[in-house]
Amino acid sequence: MSAAKPRIRVPEKAKVGEVIEIKTLVQHVMETGNRKTADGKVVPRNIINTFTASFNGTEFFKADVAPGISANPYLAFFMKVPGPGEFEFTWLDDAGVKISQKMPLAVG
Amino acid sequence: MEVEVVGRRTFLLGAGASLAVATFLANLPALGQEPVRSIDEALKKVLGDAKPAETGITLEVPEIAENGNTVPFTLSVDSPMTEASHVKALHIFAAGNPQVGVASYIFTPASGKAAVSSRMRLARTQDVVAVAALSDGKFLIGRREVKVTIGGCGG
Repeated sequence: MSAAKPRIRVPEKAKVGEVIEIKTLVQHVMETGNRKTADGKVVPRNIINTFTASFNGTEFFKADVAPGISANPYLAFFMKVPGPGEFEFTWLDDAGVKISQKMPLAVG
Repeated sequence: MEVEVVGRRTFLLGAGASLAVATFLANLPALGQEPVRSIDEALKKVLGDAKPAETGITLEVPEIAENGNTVPFTLSVDSPMTEASHVKALHIFAAGNPQVGVASYIFTPASGKAAVSSRMRLARTQDVVAVAALSDGKFLIGRREVKVTIGGCGG
């Protein structure tokens, strides 16, 4: 994964019980393992294989990713707001690189 | 008290076989890295012997994908997402890709909505297949054909 921070869009504020959409975008080549270099060697697979979303320490959504997902993966999903708190999003790739990002959520 | 006496030869053969199996399993590629190349095999893994209902899944994909490297999709099931009745997982496959797996999304009632959007690679014109696993143990299935002008799996 590149050093660039993942881009995450979460509403600034939400109401308790509201279902909000979370949009994420991360830079990653998502090498499928199907490509060959000019001299015929297979470029080994390296993809983000797991994404998790937690809120106040509890995981509420997870993606098990296979080589069919495009490079620089965009992923949007939802959460029902239980109250104010903090998100943690993590991306893990085949090389063992893990990126983690926290974001607050205000309620009002 | 009944005791089964296992002959020494039988015991040693059994031990040898166990070691062989253990070594074989240890040398398999990491779980999740085994490419599944057939949609039938992928569906069997998710469904087992269950017969999915062919209704209830909304699979939004373009009819024609200009660029097979990045084909947007939205996958959803209308569900109350309560503890008693929710979608546990949504699986998406590309039946004509060299590896059919696209992704599996695991939901909880805290998700609020069983819906996800992302972008996938399609190697050529093919069926995109989606399966929903519900909390009552039932399954749903849906499929849409996407025409691809420029394939996007590399190679």
